[in-house]
Amino acid sequence: MEIWEAFLANFHAWRPWAGALLCVLGAVLVVIGTVGVVRFPDFYTRMHAASVTDTSGATSLLLGMGLMSPDLVTVFKLAAIWVFLFLTGPTATHAIANAAHVAGMQPVTGARARGDVGEREGD
Amino acid sequence: MNKGGAFFGVGYLLGLFVALVAFWLAMSGLMKPLLLSLGAVSVAITLFLAMRLDVVDKESAPYLRWPVFIGYWFWLMGEIIKANWRVIRACLRADLDINPALVKVKTRCKSDLAKTTFANSITLTPGTVTLSVEGDKLLVHALYEQDAEPGAFDDMDRRTAAAAEGAPA
Repeated sequence: MEIWEAFLANFHAWRPWAGALLCVLGAVLVVIGTVGVVRFPDFYTRMHAASVTDTSGATSLLLGMGLMSPDLVTVFKLAAIWVFLFLTGPTATHAIANAAHVAGMQPVTGARARGDVGEREGD
Repeated sequence: MNKGGAFFGVGYLLGLFVALVAFWLAMSGLMKPLLLSLGAVSVAITLFLAMRLDVVDKESAPYLRWPVFIGYWFWLMGEIIKANWRVIRACLRADLDINPALVKVKTRCKSDLAKTTFANSITLTPGTVTLSVEGDKLLVHALYEQDAEPGAFDDMDRRTAAAAEGAPA
């Protein structure tokens, strides 16, 4: 209990640091997602890499911003942004994926996806 | 529309009203008369448009299910973190070990809301994306075939049905 109280008492002291740390973590996650987009072989697999960016990357960045924000109204706005991202993100991803599927784009499957990295098919 | 329709219609409208007012207040955070009256006008216009469009029903205002949805949301967050870890590892591995596959997934969800929630949950989880929904079958693309083997989505399907339709879990 004592530890918890000390933890809360120093909340304003560690808040900016924790926020900054989470923002850096978010930026790193976005970079990792980008690395995946470059490395993966075809459209569909690249989409999976991009989804790291808009789930954990965005969550971590918004949490960090929330910890660094000056008042509760800002925190609420960030929370609203987060909820909308999590509703619209998959919808947009599905729209793009569905468009590719309907257009007849064939995914590279199985072991074939591991070889020939960097060589794209058909485009 | 059944007998209870009109009653529930008013209920949903009231719920939407409360949600919009709360949203405006939380977004602006200012209690000046001018801003409050602008908020009242905005809420009134939104309610009018929603009524005109006839979209005020249990799908657009599913606030009766909020407690269940929030429970589902927390469970989904856990799944997303686990799946994120797998995809992050796949992105950074020196040797690419991905094994992409297309699979058909059958769902027990009946309503459009439940199917949409299920399909969006699959898409939201990194490593799996829903390509199309036909009837009760979903076409899913997965980064690892083993993530999408038969039964892999059973748990999520069951939980979505329970959260969106109230089916016994």
